[in-house]
Amino acid sequence: MSTAPPAPRGPRSVEVLRAMIARPSGAIGLTLVGLHLLMAVLSPWIVPYDYKAMDATITLAGPSPAHWLGTDHLGRDVLTRMMLGGREALLVTGTATPVALIWGGLLGVYLGLKGGWRDEVAMRLVDAFLALPGILPLLVLITVFGSGGEVLMPTLAFFFGIPVIRVARAAAHEVVARDFVSAARARGHHPLDIVRRELLPNVTDTLLVEGAMRWSWMLLGFSALSFLGFGVSPPKPDWGLMISDARVYMSLAPLGVIAPVIALSTLIIGINLSADALAKTLGLDRSRKAVI
Amino acid sequence: MAGTPPLIDIRKLCVGFRGRAGAILPVLHEVDLTVCRGESIGIVGESGSGKSTLALAAMGYLKHGLQKISGDVIYDGAEMFGRSPADLARIRGGQLGLIPQNSGQALTPTMRIGTQIREALHLHCAMSEGEHATRARDLLAQVRLPDPEAILRRYPHELSGGQQQRVAIAMALAGEPDALLLDEPTTGLDVTTQAHILELLRELARVRNMAMVYVSHDLGVIARVCDRVQVLYAGETVLEGPTRAVLREPAHPYARGLLASIPRLGEQTLPRALDGRPPGPNGPREGCAFAPRCALATQDCRAATPPMIEGGADQMTRCLYPDRVDEITGDQAGNAPHGCAEGSPCALDLAEVSIRYDRPGLFDRLRGAPRPPATVDGIDLHLRQGETIGLVGESGSGKSTILKAIAGLLPPASGQITLGDGTALPAAVETRRPDQLRRIQMIFQNPDDSLNPRQSVGEILAQPLRLYFGLRDKALRDRAVALLDTVRLGAPYLERRPGQLSGGEKQRVAVARAFAAGPEIVLCDEITSALDVSVQAAVLDLLNDLKAAHKTAFVFVSHDLTVVRALSDRVAVLYQGRICEFGPAAAVYGAPSHPYTAVLLNAVLTPDPDHAPRLMAEDVLELSPPARGCPFQRRCPVKCGTICDTDAPPARETGDGHVIRCHIPLDELCAKQTGEPPKS
Repeated sequence: MSTAPPAPRGPRSVEVLRAMIARPSGAIGLTLVGLHLLMAVLSPWIVPYDYKAMDATITLAGPSPAHWLGTDHLGRDVLTRMMLGGREALLVTGTATPVALIWGGLLGVYLGLKGGWRDEVAMRLVDAFLALPGILPLLVLITVFGSGGEVLMPTLAFFFGIPVIRVARAAAHEVVARDFVSAARARGHHPLDIVRRELLPNVTDTLLVEGAMRWSWMLLGFSALSFLGFGVSPPKPDWGLMISDARVYMSLAPLGVIAPVIALSTLIIGINLSADALAKTLGLDRSRKAVI
Repeated sequence: MAGTPPLIDIRKLCVGFRGRAGAILPVLHEVDLTVCRGESIGIVGESGSGKSTLALAAMGYLKHGLQKISGDVIYDGAEMFGRSPADLARIRGGQLGLIPQNSGQALTPTMRIGTQIREALHLHCAMSEGEHATRARDLLAQVRLPDPEAILRRYPHELSGGQQQRVAIAMALAGEPDALLLDEPTTGLDVTTQAHILELLRELARVRNMAMVYVSHDLGVIARVCDRVQVLYAGETVLEGPTRAVLREPAHPYARGLLASIPRLGEQTLPRALDGRPPGPNGPREGCAFAPRCALATQDCRAATPPMIEGGADQMTRCLYPDRVDEITGDQAGNAPHGCAEGSPCALDLAEVSIRYDRPGLFDRLRGAPRPPATVDGIDLHLRQGETIGLVGESGSGKSTILKAIAGLLPPASGQITLGDGTALPAAVETRRPDQLRRIQMIFQNPDDSLNPRQSVGEILAQPLRLYFGLRDKALRDRAVALLDTVRLGAPYLERRPGQLSGGEKQRVAVARAFAAGPEIVLCDEITSALDVSVQAAVLDLLNDLKAAHKTAFVFVSHDLTVVRALSDRVAVLYQGRICEFGPAAAVYGAPSHPYTAVLLNAVLTPDPDHAPRLMAEDVLELSPPARGCPFQRRCPVKCGTICDTDAPPARETGDGHVIRCHIPLDELCAKQTGEPPKS
């Protein structure tokens, strides 16, 4: 009997990352996301100006050697504000996404396993939430509790977790129908044990891809809130807020709008491309194939 | 057949795929295949031997990732791989038909049968739309489907598996093919259906003078329908010859081993397993591929690949010692199944168990609508310690449902399941105590589905060990290794994942997981039907040993009568969720039998060229049991009259606990079965 050891391979995450980079979409997406993260971390030390420094003499100026992207209506450097503008968004959404994923995922998987009336009730509630235009309940909560990161984070985590329930439940349903779950049930494992050992490892892939998609949606939602004046409060730099401020002067200083728009869209495109590559990579899951 | 040029002519075909390391790994290695008009060739081999690849290559098609390395595939005088796409489209499905395995899945679920057949006609027949309807009816009549008009209007899910297969055959015939490629055409069908389909194919091939290529792992099928057989092993032809010679006196040790691993109705011993497993495509290609598993292997075998030589009786064999193949059978009688001692204490008792899938809605309850009869009804079984009870029946007979009820996954509607010590077992698994759960373990049909692909073998085995015994760390690992040893795997397997194991190894892990709990009762649900015959024999052998070592009782469910025969002490024959016949295996498989048992037994195929199944009842789709009378009333070939429709049949005892539920008296049943001459 051949007992050759399995082919040596690194941890699965490294393997997945390598496979993602091998795809054009993954390479571009991960580069974009990486650059944005790098910029968010390093920007306080490398920005050319103080983001609050106003200069009334050069309001709405065009590009110049001193201000590459010009200045805004208060004479602040657009480049500086653009580089700093993603920090708050990334911090809030970067925390809220995993939270949304975890609570929505766990609940969804549990409902998928349990089924019955609990599942029925919960899913109708989810339907009701999803029927509302996304930003509306957000606005209500923010008007009640006030804006700012400490309110936005749990609020976003809550609302963006709801669609995750549905996805996780569907993924779990597929796994629950398989015999290894029946086997675990027949052995008499606790339902939470089954969720942890049998279901979660098999829905993680779906959840990861869903998480990447949620993240890009959440970024967009966060920027929309800032744009509407419910997110980051001035003078803190934020892309949504920058677009909102500069759009009045768009014909005079178009870069004030274009710069944050490009920053925001490259980040979102980057996340989407990475999510796409991740989905495709995981679709070719090695653990389901014989190693040859 | 000399003189006429062959229709399909494959010469020295090499097919391979690019492995992860970049090297091209061969799947087929210099394989020849010649089929003439009116000839039937069987391609036999274990899974992974390349038999399906060979058949598809005859169509000029290779699965994604595979590439032709060298060789020719000539169909009707021209190379298939050089043809234009339009040309290929005309030939495929037209002159060259394919009948895939599991055609139920090959039919589009949302289209009526009529539409699908018309589509095939539209593509491959030059005729007006108006003629299509007539032609479609003709085709369905040709495959002997009753009431073609009604079938044309149905959707695939409204047909039985056998009927779906017939529709697939009808569609393959739409283009008036000269040759048919059949990829496991009857795998997954019930024995009776299988026998009927094979008869149909034989008849069609004869009438239309078609060339047939059967791909199958089942030598019983090959024996019934093929003139010649080609045995593939690890992508190479190892034996080629007339069916009779190959089945009677194979000139290659692999074919000999394959034949020995098939369980047979008449034998009292377990089939003999082939040790080892076939080499993977990345193994070194030096010497005979079968040498590591061969009892005859010598230094010469390992030195160079043996050439194809004359092996006697018109066979060509890739073996250096075709004359010595006979030697290896002498001391190879299979192990005797371990029986259980008479009067062993009870392990499990089922009393009047009935199970329902339907749940009447509120409206039906208010209306007082009559409930349909229970899916499974009146099951009385008494399982003794160390005993194996086999449950046989066609698909839909409720065999697996009964297992689920015992396991608590499907609480019965009424009746009581009692453990050996007299404690009544709560119906649902959630309400059972851990010690009750531990005593009943289940092994599932398909190990691909019953093992979590994300867990290593070690983690899989750890589940029951942690749950029932609270083992941790070192103790856990030691116990897991010990379990792997009992199923003839070893410690190196601990770290592997199911995806890295072969089908047989996976099922062994599943067996080890069941035995990890130290169960008194093991429920086996078709556990060998997804495995190759040689692997099946090994798993049966393993269960037999475990049964002797642990005094475990088995409830063994299978649609394969020979497998049940090989392992069971007592057998229950189920039809539509009711027991027709129950008793010691020898009695159930002998005369007299219930008419249904007789139908099943007569339809069993054996790898014997002179054996013909005796067909009685045509296959029909029965979705629910009849409300009254004998469950088998609608298909019974010896039905005695209206009494069968109205009254439940009495239990007639022949002694020794052998019970037949039939209105016909025993001696009459006996006379009917022994007196009737075989139909074919």
